Formats: sequence, structure tokens, C-alpha cells
Amino acid sequence: MPGTITPIVMPKWGLSMKEGTVTRWLVHEGDEIAAGNEIMEIETEKIASALEATDSGRLRRLVAEEGDLLPVKALLGVLVEGEVSDEEVDAFVEGFVAPADEDEDEEEEEGIAYRYAETAAGRIRYAVRGEGAETVLLIHGFGGDLDNWLFNLDALAAESTVVALDLPGHGPAPTPIPDPSVPGLATAVFDFMDAAEVETAHLVGHSLGGAVALAIAAAAAPERVRSVTLVCPAGLGPDVNRGYIDGFVSSASRRQLKPVLENLFADPGLVNRSLVDGVLRYKRLDGVTESLEALADGVFPGGAQRWVEPGAVAGLGVPVLVVWGAEDRIVPAAHAEAAAGAGAAVEIVAGAGHMVQMEAAPRVNSLITAHVARAAA
Amino acid sequence: MARNLSMNEAVNEALDQEMARDPTVICMGEDISGGTGSPGEDDAWGGPLGVTKGLSVKHGDRIMDTPLSESAFIGAAIGAACSGLRPVAELMFVDFMGVCFDEIFNQAAKFRYMFGGKAETPVVIRCMAGAGFRAAAQHSQMLTPIFTHIPGLKVVFPSNAYDAKGLLIQSIRDNDPVIFFEHKNLYDTKADVPEGLYTIPFAEANVVREGDDATIVTYGQTVQRSLDAAGALAKEGIECEVIDLRTLSPIDMDTVLESVENTGRLVCVDEANPRCSIAADVSATVTQEIFGALKAGVRMVTAPHTPVPFSPALEDLYIPGADRIAAAVRQTVAN
Repeated sequence: MPGTITPIVMPKWGLSMKEGTVTRWLVHEGDEIAAGNEIMEIETEKIASALEATDSGRLRRLVAEEGDLLPVKALLGVLVEGEVSDEEVDAFVEGFVAPADEDEDEEEEEGIAYRYAETAAGRIRYAVRGEGAETVLLIHGFGGDLDNWLFNLDALAAESTVVALDLPGHGPAPTPIPDPSVPGLATAVFDFMDAAEVETAHLVGHSLGGAVALAIAAAAAPERVRSVTLVCPAGLGPDVNRGYIDGFVSSASRRQLKPVLENLFADPGLVNRSLVDGVLRYKRLDGVTESLEALADGVFPGGAQRWVEPGAVAGLGVPVLVVWGAEDRIVPAAHAEAAAGAGAAVEIVAGAGHMVQMEAAPRVNSLITAHVARAAA
Repeated sequence: MARNLSMNEAVNEALDQEMARDPTVICMGEDISGGTGSPGEDDAWGGPLGVTKGLSVKHGDRIMDTPLSESAFIGAAIGAACSGLRPVAELMFVDFMGVCFDEIFNQAAKFRYMFGGKAETPVVIRCMAGAGFRAAAQHSQMLTPIFTHIPGLKVVFPSNAYDAKGLLIQSIRDNDPVIFFEHKNLYDTKADVPEGLYTIPFAEANVVREGDDATIVTYGQTVQRSLDAAGALAKEGIECEVIDLRTLSPIDMDTVLESVENTGRLVCVDEANPRCSIAADVSATVTQEIFGALKAGVRMVTAPHTPVPFSPALEDLYIPGADRIAAAVRQTVAN
């Protein structure tokens, strides 16, 4: 039987990723690899993560060396199934040409990667990926932006059209938050859906964005909301780590902010220099501190969540999935019980914290994909 | 949205946006509007390297061309700052600062202290510094240590376009006199710069590369050279942490000390002449504060104690380069 050769290439995690550094191989030449196995650690400008094999086979060649900084789609290694000679592997490596990054042209990238919607709350930045019949709308949490979904956008786009937005007051050119409350943000997202012509969507909300998704669904399901996925959401119970929120708002330096951001992950080592720098760049913009202070006081006054509506889950008439990182230190995973009691499917992901969609991206992606497929059927 | 801007464009945008936001901000300097006395060419020049080009069209007489008399217009800017404006004076090359030392050292730097905190002097003095521009010994000096030495002055030195915009806006809003350095060789370097206004706080060094084997502390154009050295050293298995000080006064020694406590090795890189330099200052402070953490002697990589040569070949050797920086790191690691 003639063998097949499959390249392992540098992944593209998120819209802005152009290159990544191979920090460590987790497997050896000659190992049998199954799809889904973690094969290497890669560090990007934003975050470090493990690359999982998308194909199976024997790892015949490590092309990238540890420490190499390589562009997206560059050849990292060679997987082989069946009988393939060393010469054939050599020829494959020799002849490999990395396909051009479809976003390579910078002007084109601006056009394709980010779009802008004019809404009552101002100009909202968003990204669209994929061309599926179903639309998945991703809503980030307090202090985040659409890049919080950098490990999810492209994976979810394999099956659906994926739209991710910056909430008012967030992103690189933040607009003021007209009404710093969960219902106020829900209104802003509604306006956005109208402006961006998103008729119906499967809502996926993270953290504060989860409460916003639930509030939208409570008002507009099932007409405009086909399903809801709540990722470590607010809105299901009173508790929130207000120390984290205050630390996030008040930290002005890398040394202050880094330990605060470490609360977001089960593995604090994931908070690298670039992640901290990215948040600092946002927080340094004129008006952001005041905006976040107003939002924190609006949604978490006195250290408790103001908008708590677990009962809303029961009456939606569309399926609800709750995904939580077991080691969430911002909103306790125990709040999932209230949603389970109201009929939601609940998945607690071990070894992940509040940013479970980053820390356990493949797991969260497959949960959301399956949930959306079931709801669409 | 972030755009890719040169440092030249970032400085221009910071001035433009802060002038639009705050009517008390004015700019003054030689040829900053340009072509004084040349009808029809009001905006011909925009400073010796065109940094303020276009601002006089937008902001009219708030962009003031001054006579070729540094002591007069720096004094005027300081006086205006004492009486309610936020002037940004451009002194072309820092090398010319000598003729207005009294206004800067004895007046601006002393007012807050000598009037018991009742006087504020929110003036920014922008100036170009540094070698590599083939401009010879009177237009190429790195006089950062002289201003850092004076209490009452703040000293800022961005290494990239993003920092330049945020630090310049912070400098304009600061209520003390700020000497804002711009390296001539960095004007064309580009970085992602947000459209809106933002500020970078003083005394917040930037860790531009993380590593556990040695700490390189620097600022200005030698930041990139240090990163180049760190990249080469990484291939030899030596991981350097590179710290861009960004502001020299106030200085973020906490970040430096924290890093050296981890690495145990320090190389200070400074384009200034070695005696009484920022490199010497950082070396001395680290040695005094955390001697026990050091695994090897501190090394300095600086310009030699000579004027900047006009010979291009010699000028290139004069500025600390990646090879010299890497060699110094190897020496500390070998110990």
C-alpha cells in the first residue's frame, strides 16, 4: 500500500497571528500520533498553547527546531501513514512551499478581518469568519475584546458563519458605554445585530458576555436566537471576584497587572508579556479607566452581580449549554448548578480557569460546534 | 484602530490630537511651522526633519516659529508654562541646549521646589539626539545623563512609534518640565499606533524580551540593537531579558532589580559617553541594592569617551552595536 505524507504546519490562531515560535516538541521522531494528540507548544504574540495534531500517522520528520520563529503555514514536521521511504520524505520537505496566507495583503486583511458597524452606541468593530448557514455570535466579557476568541473563531467557522464583536467601551477604539448594565449591553448587542444584519444567531457569551447573551435570549428567543452557549458566565449567581475586577481596572503597570491576569487561567504561566502588554495598551487609551469603573459599578455593585437570572434559562425555548472551567477564580463554576436546574446542559472542563475557551480551546470548540449542530437540526 | 505609523508620524499625531483636545497646548521652535519670511510656503518645512509638518495649517498661530535664539524662546516657553499654557518647545538638536541651561536648570527645574510646591511648570522641550545620522560632533550627542542629573526635570526617551505617542501625550499633560528626546535614527521606524489618545505612565519600563540568563538594560536606538543581540544569543542557548527604560527620570529601577534578581547578570547599554552615564547609574544602583543576587560583574556597553566622529566608518563603530552587546553578555555568562 502506498503511504501518504501529511505536513504539520504552523497554525493561525486568531486574525492577527502572522508567526509563532516553536517552544517545545512534545513528541519524538518516530512516535505514532493520533489526531488530537498534543504535539508541540507554540508561543504567539498573544499566548502560548499546545498544537494538536489534526491527522494521524507516524512522525517521520521534525522540521522546525525548538526556538524557531516561523510564519503561519510554515512546515513544522511530517506525518506519514503507510510505507514511505526517507527519500520521499526528503523530497517532500525539500519541495514544500507554504501556501500564501490568505490575509497576507495588509490592505486586504483590514477589509476582510475586521468590519465596522455604525450603531446607536457608536462604531462597533467586529470580525466575520466562515460561510455556514448558521451564524454564531461571540460576545466577550468585562475588559476583553473579540481577540478573546482567537482560538475559537477559525475552528467554529468550519461549520458556521462566526461573528465576534467588541462590546461598547472595549477594543482598540472604544466607544462610550451608553448604559453600563447587563440590559444596557444587551440593547447595544441587539443594535449591533441589526446594523450588521445578523438576523438570527447562536449566541456564545463569555463571562459578562454570558449574562448579556442570556438577557438577549430572554427577550428575543426563539425568533432571533437559535441557541445559547454560556462560557463561565455571569448572570447565574451572585458571586464575582470583585478583587479581580478592581485590580484589572486600577492596575497601571505590567508588574501590577500580571498577577491580576493570572487569576484568569488555571495555568498562570499562560499570562505572557504580550498578553499583559495587549491589556495595558487597551487600558492606556483615554477614557477606558472611567468607562470600566462605571461598568464595574453598574454590573457588580458592592462586589455582587446585579443581574442574576438563572430562571431565564428555563423559559427560552432554545437549547442552552453551559461550559465552565473547573478552576475558574472569577465566577465560581458552582453557579452552573442553577442553570442545570433550569434545564441547561452543563460541561465542567477540568484543568481550565475562567478563560476556558483559550485554555481548553479544542474541547470548548467541539462542545459549541456540537451544540450548534443539535440546535440547528 | 491601530495603524502602522513611523515615529515621525506618531509624534506629529500626538501634538495634533493633544492640541485639538487642550486649547492651552502650543508649540514653538525654529522652523517648526517652516519657511518663516517665505510667503506662500508657511508649511514648507515643519522642523528640520519635518516632524511638525502640517500642524501650522491645522492649528494656526498656536504653532510658532521662533527666532534663532534658543535662550530666548526656551525662556519664553518656560514663562508661558508658569502662566497657564502647556508649551511644547522644539529645540532641534539637544546639542544646542547649552545656551539655555540657566532657563532649564536654574529656573524651570527649581520653581516647584523653591516656591514651596505652589508653582508648576508644565513645559515640554522636544529635542533630537543620538549618532548615526552623519551629522558630526555638534549634532549627534546623547546628552541624556546631563538632564537626568538635574532634580526637577523629567527625562523621556521613546524607542518606538507606539511609545513616542503615548509618552509625548503624557509629557504634555505632566505638570513638571519634561525633556523629550527623539532619536534621529528612529524617525522612520514603524509600529502599530492606536488612532485615539493614550498615555504611557512615567517610570514604567518595558520588558521587550523575556529571558532568564542575563538582563540587558537600555533605551533609545540601542533597544533594537539589544534585541538583535538577544536574538543571536538565543541561538547559543543564552536567553536575555531586554528592558527598555523608556523614561530616565523618573526611572523604573523596580523592574530592573526584579529582573536582575532572577538572571543574576546585568549588561547596561547606553549610547551616551560612559562617564556618569545612565549605564553607570543603573550599574551602581543594582550593585548597591542587590549585590548578593549578582553572579558576575556588571558590564557596560557605551560609546567611547570621545566626541562623535564624522567619519561614517568610525561613527558606526562609535554606537554600541549588537556584536558588542552580545560579546558583553557572553562575558557575564562565562563568569
